[in-house]
Amino acid sequence: MADMLDVQKLSVRLGNLDIVKDLSFTVAEGDWLMIVGPNGAGKSTALSAITQGVDYTGRVLFEGEDVAKMKPVRRAQCMGVLTQSHFVGYAFTVEEVVRLGRYAYAPGLLSNRSDDDDEAVEEALALTGMAAQRKQSVLTLSGGELQRTFLAQVFAQQPRLLLLDEPTNHLDLVYQKQVFSLIERWLQKPGRAVVSVVHDLSLVKAFGTAAVLLRHGQTVATGAIDEVLTAKNLNPVYNMDVAAWMRQMLSQWAADDNTADNIIEEKIC
Amino acid sequence: MNKRLDKVRWWEYLGFGGVFMAVLCLCVCVGSVNIPLSETVTVISNALLRQPQPEGLAPAIILTVRLPRVLCVALTGAALSLAGAAMQGLLKNPLADGSTLGVSSGAALGAVIAIAFGLNFSAVPFAGTMIMAILFALGSLLIILGLAYKLDYSLATNTIILIGVIYSMFVSSAMSVIVTFAADKVQQITFWTMGSLQGSSYENAAVLAAVLLVCGGVLLASAQELNAFAVGEDNARHIGVNVRRTKLVVLITVSVLIGVCVSIGGTIAFVGLVTPHMVRMIVGPNHRRLLPSSLFGGAVFLLLADLVARILLNPQELPIGVVTSLVGAVVFVFIFYNTRKGQ
Repeated sequence: MADMLDVQKLSVRLGNLDIVKDLSFTVAEGDWLMIVGPNGAGKSTALSAITQGVDYTGRVLFEGEDVAKMKPVRRAQCMGVLTQSHFVGYAFTVEEVVRLGRYAYAPGLLSNRSDDDDEAVEEALALTGMAAQRKQSVLTLSGGELQRTFLAQVFAQQPRLLLLDEPTNHLDLVYQKQVFSLIERWLQKPGRAVVSVVHDLSLVKAFGTAAVLLRHGQTVATGAIDEVLTAKNLNPVYNMDVAAWMRQMLSQWAADDNTADNIIEEKIC
Repeated sequence: MNKRLDKVRWWEYLGFGGVFMAVLCLCVCVGSVNIPLSETVTVISNALLRQPQPEGLAPAIILTVRLPRVLCVALTGAALSLAGAAMQGLLKNPLADGSTLGVSSGAALGAVIAIAFGLNFSAVPFAGTMIMAILFALGSLLIILGLAYKLDYSLATNTIILIGVIYSMFVSSAMSVIVTFAADKVQQITFWTMGSLQGSSYENAAVLAAVLLVCGGVLLASAQELNAFAVGEDNARHIGVNVRRTKLVVLITVSVLIGVCVSIGGTIAFVGLVTPHMVRMIVGPNHRRLLPSSLFGGAVFLLLADLVARILLNPQELPIGVVTSLVGAVVFVFIFYNTRKGQ
């Protein structure tokens, strides 16, 4: 399958420090690529460079087109970004924030609203379960609801590639599962792909199709999930036996495993 | 494809327009000499239709003193309020206004230099104060943006706010130095720096109207981008807004508005800060409604402040900036308290 995103020798330097060095990977349609690594590995900076948020050297190509040379509206039609936290300044309604996702389709002077825009907004609100709260001020939403609002904005933007920077970092388990399930469902349509920075290696294993492992800005491994998340790769990067730690954590739930699952399912329903 | 404009709440504009017209009439009628509404209407309509005016002082008071002043006050209030609303959206900061950028102080410095050293440009129809204020406003913008750009290529809002505050401090020190060299003009400078639209002319009103028409058009056309900035600068970039271009366009437009307002009426504080807050409570934060409503809100606020400045200590007149600061500070604390209590 043709590459949707092609990152070639991407490097970000701040002062004398190499934050990301010679990062290269490709993402094909249907892929969910996870960028993993410990704190300070350069994961978020790499994502920020792809979205043109920081200066970089190297090339970022979207279906062969240099992203750096794209006009902002064209870039927004190709790539949508969801960050981990949002601080909205004023009491915009949920619908107003979601509708901003349509900016790329009607920017500038006296921009009009089309039926396509209305449809995209309605679909995004329905998909994220925020339709009932459309008139509510975003200042009164919980963290999870706010994240779902911005996810709806990204869905309304109708990008082909979704870039997520730790999208569930400060969300509880219920919202974590909701958000990841929503993105997984979004990815099922053809012509789409996801790149995300995720800390939780269990989520990486559960949802990812490929991974890039970073340490101090350098690429340690890249490829399919099972090829990257091996003890040989992970243990030196995290300075610990990662699999043993994960197993130890999970073993605590063995006794009442079913109860925990039931609680989560109940809350989501 | 069935396209339609974003919903426009006509009743809001009808309401604002009605209140604005009522306050405008009140300000023309009331003053050291009260003139009945019917006589005021007759004088204005006769002037418009080039009919002979009735006997008495009323035509002279209305046409040569009050009307040009009231028009200037309304236009200045509208311009300052619009500039404040745009800055609050752009910087995602409810405490921002035209003066946050430092341009207001820069314009004031230009005008103070003109007054202190008696600079006049005989070749141009307007006083040296106005030309100097506009030149210094634009010069200040260049310095502030140049410094911000040097420090931070992306022109981050925090950098702009910080440089604006530092620049304002520097400029107020420079003004103090100039005042010490021009002791004989201290009173004139002080009165001017507090803001006053006393002695405004139709020419002033025409300049304000022309600038407001152009700059207002630019800002209203940027309403969608300002919404995006008010939600968050990174978010604006992610949804496709050309962040740097929008910032430059809004900052330059606001600077021109502020420069012209300061050159005509001096530094009038709090209008740009308080009015958008009050208007936002009525129409919400969406800039498509907030910006046009702020025009009305600012005009009404400054008209009432000017009325108070004229009649409170009659026949003495207070600088309008003193009234806006006094009223604005109290109103601001009230709004701030209620908003926090509501949250």
